[in-house]
Amino acid sequence: MDVLALIATRKGLFTLYNDMNLSAPQFAGVPVSMVLAGEETDHWYAALNHGHFGAKLHRSADRGASWTEASTPTYPKTTDAGKGDSLELIWSMRYARPGNSVALWAGTIPGGLFYSDDAGDSWSMNEALWQHKLQHQWRGGGYDHAGIHSIDMPPDNPQHLRIAVSCAGVWQSKDSGASWCNTSEGMRAAFMPPDQQFDPNIQDPHRMVQCQSQPDKLWVQHHNGIFRSIDGGLSWQEIEDVSPSVFGFTVAVHPQDGDTAWFVPGIRDECRMPVNGEFVVTRTRDGGKTFETLSKGLPTGFSGDLVYRHGLDIDTSGERLIMGSTTGNLWISNNQGDSWQCLSNYLPPIYAVSFLK
Amino acid sequence: MARIIFTDNLRRHIDCPEQEAAGTTVAEVLGNLFISQHKLKGYVLDDQDRLRKHMLISVDGELIQDRITLSDTVREDSDMYIMQALSGG
Repeated sequence: MDVLALIATRKGLFTLYNDMNLSAPQFAGVPVSMVLAGEETDHWYAALNHGHFGAKLHRSADRGASWTEASTPTYPKTTDAGKGDSLELIWSMRYARPGNSVALWAGTIPGGLFYSDDAGDSWSMNEALWQHKLQHQWRGGGYDHAGIHSIDMPPDNPQHLRIAVSCAGVWQSKDSGASWCNTSEGMRAAFMPPDQQFDPNIQDPHRMVQCQSQPDKLWVQHHNGIFRSIDGGLSWQEIEDVSPSVFGFTVAVHPQDGDTAWFVPGIRDECRMPVNGEFVVTRTRDGGKTFETLSKGLPTGFSGDLVYRHGLDIDTSGERLIMGSTTGNLWISNNQGDSWQCLSNYLPPIYAVSFLK
Repeated sequence: MARIIFTDNLRRHIDCPEQEAAGTTVAEVLGNLFISQHKLKGYVLDDQDRLRKHMLISVDGELIQDRITLSDTVREDSDMYIMQALSGG
């Protein structure tokens, strides 16, 4: 059967096939923090987070039928072992170049960006970015330590890296990671003291996505709300007054139309659940000027579902969306979110969903 | 040489039968053990070679005290158990 998407959960990796059937879990019982897989790629990857035994990386050369353990990114040894860093989580992964499934970027907690050119058999930490991390004292958002959860690059320029960090804002490199600058101008953190609210290094973007056909158009679901960029992520405009809420964790952007994006709103810090228990998706088609509320096929009664950063994805056509929640509900939409079909109510908490691309 | 026994839960994920290794401290014993089993090291120790946060090691029935440099003493006939801590969930 043809694979449509991979579903990373608290209790293993599920495969969704084109006939909408789900597999039994691989890595049963083990949290899967991230997956990376493509329709045309020879190697797929699954990042595990063994609670006791640490983060691990597995690789498949047969479209997910079987997996073997690769190496994990490793933080450099320090002279004071009591204070040195250690890998906590692989939180994001990207193929580094089109048509190449062995060159990889991995974003991690506690804040290191790693590169591999041998399908994860060995890794090197990006030292230039790490020095910024140390200098600016990146802080954790949702975890004890800072983490890189979003990695992107314009399709025609893989040397131009764009990453988002909780909590350190958006960073870009135009030279494959040799040098970096923070490009969070316009982002606002209302929860900070007034004189620090626009500090680029304390911003908490929960998720950043880039329109593949219009890579100058990006969206961020930020702890403080929704932000949009039309200049390649150099500056950001806050989108306010979105009903029912501007708070959330995830965002998806249409691959051909950078003005169209989807969000899953919730109540901020004190609750982190749908507003009034009504689970909905919001969609803009005009760059954030207006939003529609989409609920057809979604829960009609009380819902405590939350969709994490990587819990929403869109396919290459821009027609089909997939969404998984902390409550183990999995939905798919074949019409850009106008209506949703529930594929399961009984999965473990879902960390990430990913179409093959 | 000291005898090293791993929790069954670790054996689910990586080959680690009961085995023997030489050394007078926990660090020495594990260092000798991991020479030929490098991937196993990452399941027990973190990137700084500290004992992972939610792992425990006992030597002859006593939990080790030094989780950072693993300096606790090991005898020639010691039994070393490598276990999960329930704090890890």
